[in-house]
Amino acid sequence: MKAEARLLIFLGVFIGIMGIVYGIWSKEWGGTAMLIGTGILGVFPGLYYRWWSKRIGYRPEDRDATMEEGAGRIDTFPGSSIWPFTLGMGCWFLVLSLVFGTWFAVVGIPVVMFALAGGTAESRRGGDPAGH
Amino acid sequence: MIPSVNDPANSSDSGIVRSRTSNSSRKGLKWLALVVAPILLSGCQLPGFGITPGVTTSSHKVYKLWQGFMVTGLIVGGFTFVLIIFAAVRYRKRNDEIPRQTQYNTLVEVLYTVIPTLIVAALFYFTIVVENPEVALASNPQATVKVVAFQWGWRFSYPGNPSVNVVGQTTQNPELVLPVNETTRVILTSLDVVHGFYIKDFNFSQYALPGVTNRFDFHVTKAGEFQTQCTQICGLYHSLMYFKVKTIPAAQYHQCLTSATSGDSFVACANGTSSLKATVRPSATQGVPVHHG
Amino acid sequence: MVDTLERTTAHEDDHGHGHEEHHGPGGLLNWLTTTDHKVIGMNYTVTSVVMLLIGGAFAMLIRAQLTVPDGAVVSLSKYNELFTMHGSVMIYLFAGPFAFGGLANYMVPIQIGAPDMAFPRLNAFSYWLYLTGSITMLLGFLTASGAANFGWVGYAPLSNAVNSPGAGADLWIGALILTGFSAIFTGVNLVATIFYLRAPGMTMFRMPIFTWNMLVTGILILLAFPVLTAGLVMLYADRHFGTHIYDANGGGSPVLWQHIFWFWGHPEVYILALPFFGMVTEIIPVFSRKPLFGYKGMVFATISIAALSTGVWAHHMFTTGVVLLPFFSFMTYLISIPTGMKFFNWIGSMWGGQVRYTAAMLFAIGFLLTFLIGGITGILLASPPLDFFTHDTYFVVAHFHSVVMALVLGAMAGIYYWYPKMTGRFLNERLGKLQFWMLFIGSMVFIMPGYVLGLQGMPRRMAVYIIDPTWQNLNIVSSIGGFMIGLSTLMFAVNVISTIKAPKTAGPNPWDAHTLEWFTTSPPPHHNFYSLPNIKSERPTWDYFHPDAPALIHDDHDPSHVPGGAKADAK
Repeated sequence: MKAEARLLIFLGVFIGIMGIVYGIWSKEWGGTAMLIGTGILGVFPGLYYRWWSKRIGYRPEDRDATMEEGAGRIDTFPGSSIWPFTLGMGCWFLVLSLVFGTWFAVVGIPVVMFALAGGTAESRRGGDPAGH
Repeated sequence: MIPSVNDPANSSDSGIVRSRTSNSSRKGLKWLALVVAPILLSGCQLPGFGITPGVTTSSHKVYKLWQGFMVTGLIVGGFTFVLIIFAAVRYRKRNDEIPRQTQYNTLVEVLYTVIPTLIVAALFYFTIVVENPEVALASNPQATVKVVAFQWGWRFSYPGNPSVNVVGQTTQNPELVLPVNETTRVILTSLDVVHGFYIKDFNFSQYALPGVTNRFDFHVTKAGEFQTQCTQICGLYHSLMYFKVKTIPAAQYHQCLTSATSGDSFVACANGTSSLKATVRPSATQGVPVHHG
Repeated sequence: MVDTLERTTAHEDDHGHGHEEHHGPGGLLNWLTTTDHKVIGMNYTVTSVVMLLIGGAFAMLIRAQLTVPDGAVVSLSKYNELFTMHGSVMIYLFAGPFAFGGLANYMVPIQIGAPDMAFPRLNAFSYWLYLTGSITMLLGFLTASGAANFGWVGYAPLSNAVNSPGAGADLWIGALILTGFSAIFTGVNLVATIFYLRAPGMTMFRMPIFTWNMLVTGILILLAFPVLTAGLVMLYADRHFGTHIYDANGGGSPVLWQHIFWFWGHPEVYILALPFFGMVTEIIPVFSRKPLFGYKGMVFATISIAALSTGVWAHHMFTTGVVLLPFFSFMTYLISIPTGMKFFNWIGSMWGGQVRYTAAMLFAIGFLLTFLIGGITGILLASPPLDFFTHDTYFVVAHFHSVVMALVLGAMAGIYYWYPKMTGRFLNERLGKLQFWMLFIGSMVFIMPGYVLGLQGMPRRMAVYIIDPTWQNLNIVSSIGGFMIGLSTLMFAVNVISTIKAPKTAGPNPWDAHTLEWFTTSPPPHHNFYSLPNIKSERPTWDYFHPDAPALIHDDHDPSHVPGGAKADAK
């Protein structure tokens, strides 16, 4: 986890310093704001990973480990789910409502809310038992 | 939506046809020069690599910079090209042996980091040497012209004489008159969208931006006529947004500017024709078909 | 159905959980509900190749139009729509999604020994956003006022409600918001997968270089795309809610759009390029039977490209007259150094090897040569005085088409390399080589006249141009090259279609490759692996199949003098 944290912090700090230099030199605030914002976008998760790396130490994937050392449960993965598709269609209708008028949103908003609720419930159940 | 295309047979007397037709044989040579440049490099006369020295003091410097960059680029590119081809051909599969598994070589890695760094440092240095005078503004330009771009044409006005306003658009291309051997300040802006103020023979272009006034100087060294046009997509008739640059001796320029009573009379005077009728240029529609989309 | 996965090794029997054939709902419902990164990756790949064909068809029309000065095919307004949609489709809907949605989605989890992406449902969601976004963009052609017609950069104020009224522009904005979010979610997924789901022993400095490039791409997506989405929302507000953010008459700044757009746009150039660098970097060492030369240098070069790419955006704006020329020129020169270093990594990987001229390798070498041209001309354009007179001319068009044609060659290299893995079938090598020569020569014939035209002053985005025989001849040559590229694409389509019913003869490791995706079956099973080898270097599959291979050489020492051989490079 340490290398990951370092990568993000390096990018964030570098871009932040670049933003400061650019801001002082150019006095152009749009670009300066974007650079410093981008720097924060790198440093912020980087510090989070750094904090985690101190708590969890070296994972098997951070060191010269054999497969046996990493044996056991990896994670739980959803097999199949209809909710990404539903949510995608809902978002599409929301975007089309920006172009063709509000009635698309009348369809889109309920579909998005339905999909969000369905997907969340699926996660809480730990999967989609209805599927199988 | 297929356009009605005007008869292109009229094109021969169009104002759009390039005045540089005499150069067409030289263009072929330039083409050749671009291809055989590495061979020519051994000679003393550097080719233009596709561009001309132009007609302003800056454009000459830019031309030299371009030559230097092209030579560097061709050497570096040629070297890398030869290495790629050599590696691919020389080390093509010979047998089923596993070759030496070379992964790191510190000396080579340091070399291919340091040498490119030195090269681009030199390129940056020469860039700055040419760029700073090119974008610097003279403290007292001898002539000033205001250029306003709009969809789809140009307006040139001359603060030295408020009654001189040259306006033209796609069907009647305007003419920008500049003095030779004097520093001319161009004040550039746009009424509506972004346009590109580009003069090929000056080796220069600048955006005409709405809400932004750009200033830059030209020091033209040669009298002549230069056809040019908008380079930044600006809507439907972008492809037809031409204008012409005419550079004339400074004395004539100032004389015309003081005596002119309108844009048309100024352009007429600059062209050495007193009659207004003679200055009406062939309209663009004769040479380039107008499309109705 | 939920799969809880446990890990097994190559030395154990294959009885891990979650590896049995996946029994999902069949047919269309399966396609709609899948969360398998391989199926989503295939969906992305197929959709983006369809977008390549559509964008390519627009290109054919554009090249046909330019064969005569007064425009042979379409009207001025249709031409503006065509080049706008050509650029938009190719950049937003093909190059990016093909790389980070298609091949990366498929290969990255397998390359690091993971069973799936970290967020499979988010992954599926981002595909649906991409698909609907693509449809949204193309819908523009069906509206009364036509598709967007202000160029793929959508410069304000040309893209505002006054200058571009109609649904086409709004559809363009909506499509970019959808595909932008799709890219962001894929970026999140790639970064999280690479950070959290690597197999034991797969340290950061043992990851395949393609995965490294996708990690950096993912981070760049997260840094850059939110800026574009924010900019698009403001553009939409300008068009419909009466704000004046980009409107000079209302106190806004048109240049702000350019800043925002290119602040996304230049990292985007690397978001497009890095995955293809990664593909080529996988392919060249494999077909040279050597490790990647200068692996760590390559990784650091990639990271420094990411760092510098956020500081070069205004080199697209040199001619605005309102940007800090020396800063952006300097940063652009800096970024050329790590990019240039990669060439020597690639050459060094071939050096002293046993180079096999498979179709994939030919495409990779074609990528190097074409990208070299784009890179060198990029150095020229980094100098503001030289950019001034080439900006918005065909020189710039030729420059970035050198780059993107290199990316297309890289994409073809990736497809020919990984097609056996993804389908279990080989593409026809002879047709592939024929396609390579057609595509490579076509690219050169297409690109080179552009440089000359640009230097002679032909601006880009011209539906009609000055009647000048030289210009017309150069345009005709360029169009011939364009049509050759089109023909090569047809060869590719024929090649793919002819393999659909072919037997699955590829086997797990047909190329004698290095990385983990070649350790599993072709195509890989649901959740990717029956077993994994121990990972002791960045070439686990090679190490497993060549236990007696000569050890890695550092600094040209004799291998016997390097204690531990391969161990020396493990971090």
